Amino acid sequence: MAMIRFAIFRLITMLATLLVVSVLVFTIINLPPGDYLSNQINELRATGQQSGIAKAEFLRQEYALDRPLWEQYLIWMGFAPGPNGFAGMLQGEFGWSFEFDRPVSEIVGGALWLTVLVNLAAILFVYAVALPLGVLAAARAKTWVDYTSAFVGYLGLATPNFLLALILFYYGNRYLNLPIGGLMDPKFEGQPMSFEKMMSVLVHLIIPTFVIGTSGAAAMMQRLRANLLDELGKPYVETARAKGMSESRMLVKYPLRVAFNPFVADIGTLLPAMVSGSVLVSVVLGLQTIGPVLLTSLKSQDQFLSAFVLMFVALLTLIGTLVSDLLLALLDPRIRFGGRS
Amino acid sequence: MTTLPDGRYIDDAPYEPDTGQEARNAELDMSNGWLVWLRFKEHKLGLISALFLLLSYFMLPFAGFLSPYTPNERLEDHLYAPPQMVRLFHEGEFIGPYVYPISAEVNLENFSWEYIQDRTAPAPLEFFCDGGEYKLAGLFPTTKHLFCAPEGATVFFWGSDRLGRDVFSRIMYGAQLSLTVGLVGITVSFVIGIVLGSIAGYFGGFLDWIINRVIEILRSLPELPLWLALSAAVPSHWGPVAVFFIISIILGILDWPGLARAVRSKFLSLREEEFVRAAEMMGAKPSRVIRKHLLPNFLSHLIASATLSIPAMILGETALSFLGLGLRAPAVSWGVMLNDAQNLASIEIYPWTAIPMLPIIVVVLAFNFFGDGLRDALDPNRS
Repeated sequence: MAMIRFAIFRLITMLATLLVVSVLVFTIINLPPGDYLSNQINELRATGQQSGIAKAEFLRQEYALDRPLWEQYLIWMGFAPGPNGFAGMLQGEFGWSFEFDRPVSEIVGGALWLTVLVNLAAILFVYAVALPLGVLAAARAKTWVDYTSAFVGYLGLATPNFLLALILFYYGNRYLNLPIGGLMDPKFEGQPMSFEKMMSVLVHLIIPTFVIGTSGAAAMMQRLRANLLDELGKPYVETARAKGMSESRMLVKYPLRVAFNPFVADIGTLLPAMVSGSVLVSVVLGLQTIGPVLLTSLKSQDQFLSAFVLMFVALLTLIGTLVSDLLLALLDPRIRFGGRS
Repeated sequence: MTTLPDGRYIDDAPYEPDTGQEARNAELDMSNGWLVWLRFKEHKLGLISALFLLLSYFMLPFAGFLSPYTPNERLEDHLYAPPQMVRLFHEGEFIGPYVYPISAEVNLENFSWEYIQDRTAPAPLEFFCDGGEYKLAGLFPTTKHLFCAPEGATVFFWGSDRLGRDVFSRIMYGAQLSLTVGLVGITVSFVIGIVLGSIAGYFGGFLDWIINRVIEILRSLPELPLWLALSAAVPSHWGPVAVFFIISIILGILDWPGLARAVRSKFLSLREEEFVRAAEMMGAKPSRVIRKHLLPNFLSHLIASATLSIPAMILGETALSFLGLGLRAPAVSWGVMLNDAQNLASIEIYPWTAIPMLPIIVVVLAFNFFGDGLRDALDPNRS
């Protein structure tokens, strides 16, 4: 019961946060002077193309861009009726992309799933790498294993993501024959899901996953090592050793379980970093996620498109944080729900 | 043993102060700064990094003097020239530092530039010579360079780029922006973080609640998309200096929540201490209590953690410039240079165009080691 109450409380907090984020996103998107359509109208006027102007003016009215900002916000969110009644984010109408001249939902449709997929793969990679390496580094502290993993970790933190992407891309293609560019073979694009398509996506995922995950894995590995080292000095570890327990079994049974908490709690901080990384890496590697869409739409002030992508990215991280909070509460009996004294 | 007239006994041996005792207590008399230095010195990697960073920052005002070319000087006959070796011995004879002149030829089979060394005519480098005009420390216009290319030859330590500009000189100039962007950013983040963190921690209540929510929201959002969105809002007609400052402020604005949170939690525990109560009783205003009594308690620790977030900002600037939303040409930064090298094909044929990534990696590593060492040295709870 307490668990359910806690979950509901967290959900409400998340929705409230999302509301604040939407205001923030809308403000940022509208910071640059002018908008896509008025720029276009000016340009058309300068070149004297009357027919285009009429269409742009029509779009301006259709999407309420001629109204004051706060009204635009309410219409965009779907809190207030626009020219076509209630048609905002809440009603599932994400607006119109002026640059591509298509509805936003059509442009980002497939990219959303691939974004989730890339980030999920990166997170799995972080856990798969950081867990064994972190434990090993702590168990063999101050030996060459420890120093090597620390050095690789530091290097992973210091190399800009996009450079790592370029380098791995180049060598992966040259020596391992890994494919370059995109998230699947071009021949599968627009095809229904099949086994070959799945395999193609998986092979294409290797390098992006590695690139996005490296810095996160390095940070997490160091944290796990530090936590585990703290635990290893405690008397209960001594007791376990004294009664003749084998080292590996002791490690897994006691200290690791205590040191494991931050692992789950860290999803909240890990996820924003992952999403940041995936946007950058997607642009460099040309993955069909929302990263490149965000960049082009921001550059051309295609406001509905960029606002939607930003909102989606925020939603993704908020959901991740929510899941990690709930998991943490389930896993760790020491964490109490709700009221603080 | 002698007996004094009044019947007391006295030892004949001359008085010797216990030297061991004094040596043991030496640490007690040292100033805090000296103790921190002693501890920091132990961390060898941190010490080397600190020296390296000090040297790099000291070099910044003299970047123009140290580099043979100015950043946007184009040598049209030397596009994509490979790195040149500076040699000392010519045919077994010492003739001082010199280079072999190179001349370009187009390879018409794969359409790339190829360079041929003229090994018969060594061209010694010139020192304290006149080159392109630049401003020393941004103030004094001058044309003196430490060394420049001899007549009829070029000196490209690290090759030249697509437009025939010297990569080495551009890296030197790029350091001016790339290294300072983190400092400006961290200043912004420091000021916002300390002000908001101390308000939240000291006053508590409603203000605390508001600031905490803001921190939570900012921390749960991915940084890069927000950076992108904010820098897309920078008008394109602004000058390089304005863009530089606005970009560093953008980097700082999203970085303060972590700092504010640390300040707040320290304040929450410290404000109940008796020395704070005493100061308040004596009529100190909140601003004075915060500045004189609370902040000095953990400022050094904050500085150490700030050092650790400078590299994130350097990487952030690089990423933004790389994507074309940060600094823009004619400004020179490492990210801007890498923006030119985006193309895989050109990196494969002309690998030296990717050299700007080396200083980035080295500087970020150095900041990490330095920050680690500083944090260890300043940690009062260290055993």
